[in-house]
Amino acid sequence: MAILLTPDTRVLVQGMTGREGSFHTGQMRLMGTQVVAGVTPGKGGGDHDGVPIYDTVQDAVAATGANAAGIFVPPPYAADAIMEAAAAGLELIVCMTEGIPIQDMIRVKGFLSDFPRAHLLGPNCPGLLTPGVGKIGIIPQRFSAPGSIGIVARSGTLTYETMAALTAAGKGQSTVVGIGGDPINGMSFVDVLELFEADPNTTHVAVIGEIGGSDEERAAEYMGRGSRLRAVAFISGRTAPEGKRMGHAGAIVSGNRGTAQSKEAAFRAAGIEVAETTDQIVELLTAS
Amino acid sequence: MKLLEYQAKEVLASLGIGIPKGRVARTPEEAAQACAELGPVAVKAQVPVGGRGKAGGIKLAANPQEARAAAEQIIGMDIKGHRVPLVYCETALDISREVYLGFTVDRDRRNNILMLSSQGGMEIEQVAEESPESIARLHPDPWRGPLDFELNQLVFAAGLGEHVRALVPLVKKLHRAISLYDAVTAEINPLVITPGGELIAGDAKLETDENASFRQRELESRYGGVSEEDALEAEAHRRNLTYVSLDGEIGIIGNGAGLCMGTLDLIQRAGGSAANFCDIGGGARAEVVENALAVILMNPRVRGVLINIFGGITRGDEVARGLIQARDQLGFDLPLVVRLSGTNEEEGREILKQNGIEPGASGWEAAQKIVALTR
Repeated sequence: MAILLTPDTRVLVQGMTGREGSFHTGQMRLMGTQVVAGVTPGKGGGDHDGVPIYDTVQDAVAATGANAAGIFVPPPYAADAIMEAAAAGLELIVCMTEGIPIQDMIRVKGFLSDFPRAHLLGPNCPGLLTPGVGKIGIIPQRFSAPGSIGIVARSGTLTYETMAALTAAGKGQSTVVGIGGDPINGMSFVDVLELFEADPNTTHVAVIGEIGGSDEERAAEYMGRGSRLRAVAFISGRTAPEGKRMGHAGAIVSGNRGTAQSKEAAFRAAGIEVAETTDQIVELLTAS
Repeated sequence: MKLLEYQAKEVLASLGIGIPKGRVARTPEEAAQACAELGPVAVKAQVPVGGRGKAGGIKLAANPQEARAAAEQIIGMDIKGHRVPLVYCETALDISREVYLGFTVDRDRRNNILMLSSQGGMEIEQVAEESPESIARLHPDPWRGPLDFELNQLVFAAGLGEHVRALVPLVKKLHRAISLYDAVTAEINPLVITPGGELIAGDAKLETDENASFRQRELESRYGGVSEEDALEAEAHRRNLTYVSLDGEIGIIGNGAGLCMGTLDLIQRAGGSAANFCDIGGGARAEVVENALAVILMNPRVRGVLINIFGGITRGDEVARGLIQARDQLGFDLPLVVRLSGTNEEEGREILKQNGIEPGASGWEAAQKIVALTR
């Protein structure tokens, strides 16, 4: 067992014929992910490395029974791609695209309220990976191993680092989930933690946050109400100056809101250990 | 993009919102002329930060001589790290009351939030702390926008019911900045109510979404580049790098925003201070590293560089060869520590060592090394 991505997940890829989409679809298939369809309007009827291409998500779902989408569509069209996937009934939608306008994402969130069963991960995220099962997105599988530690993170590279260090220490992962670095995104830390909480194969969880917003504070509050998971938190950006966007569109401290200090304090108040470096995440998780 | 006051006011005027009469002046002579045309004016520094009044960036001028003198003092002044490129000369308003109107992105609710308050002229953050009940809030539906009855509720909740007829259409006009210009924050503070009941924007702030620049070309070409960016940040943007200037001495390059932020934290933890944030994204190709190193070297404060790369798909040996090529191309001779991890990390480290670059096994070790080398 794992969360979100299981052996029953049948993936279609929107934007599969583009450079990024094509490369990463190949990586997903190498890992054994069931990629059943690609969607590129105007290229329907053909195939791409043996995967059939459809013009619309609706067609792809009808023909292949796909139940999840990976999106590698350029920013001007990505919001529409997310809504198309939700309207076609897909329950897991993973959007890797970076640079979607904020107002587009606000409209997407409004649209998704009519599709309560659709889970959106991202945008601007590395996707998710279940070791031994598959992945949707760009997380390098070579550093993963099956196990019982869940990872949920905003940053891609910190996810890879933590995953690689855990694997090197002999600790595998149940599922690795990137929620993305944009200010308006799909699943929050709490949404993912609720799934880990309900997954019998996950015993530990690493929560890797960063400055900006208050999703980390909410995660701390949620964990503080009582969780069976042993958790370690890490926040990057404690030295970031106010008002400067640190790479991720969402990583910005405004006034005294969104600081690393407030997030770390929230986790400590909830009784969750806070790692000071990524190496420490592994030390704390492997100590018990 | 953060618009300057006069730019934000032009945008408001294009939405049908009343603004005072004003003229932009790039020289003291232009300020004197503006005053000759408009009569007594406030000469206002145009910078994309608040607090310019306290910093001496706003002066009243009764006649052209005073306007010239005020502009002489203000143009070129430094306000919170921004050099004032020009002033805006604006006529005074007849004020009966000042209120607050604005919107921003409410990240927790994943929506926009409209705010109206009877307390105008103060920072909204301060009002929120001292008298939160005086701020009325509305999360408009992102597809249909705010409805009339919702706006009525907003106005009455703010205790401004007597101005409901004028305020409801005004809030609607401001809200259109979201769909027309991809605005993510707008503030009219104060929104002046004249003795005749007219509503006029006393000051204006507007920030648009850089992710939407592909469909806001006109706005970008009209207003981009007026307020002066940090020179290094501007150069980095020309080279397509994600770069933020900081005030320390150790140059930082990382791939991925989170990793890069984490590296800045490690530098501080090791007792050093970072000169910049620079995310070169995935891949770490030699030419990108070279561009990043070139910009970092333009900063005379930099005494050493730490590069932190996680190679997911790119192999460590390739990254190492690219780094060496970039270093040699630039004739880089400051202390350099490289932390490489991921695929083929051992081979990568070996190549670095052979070429005289100090490899760090972990980010923390690498941070300690570069801090020691630059002491």
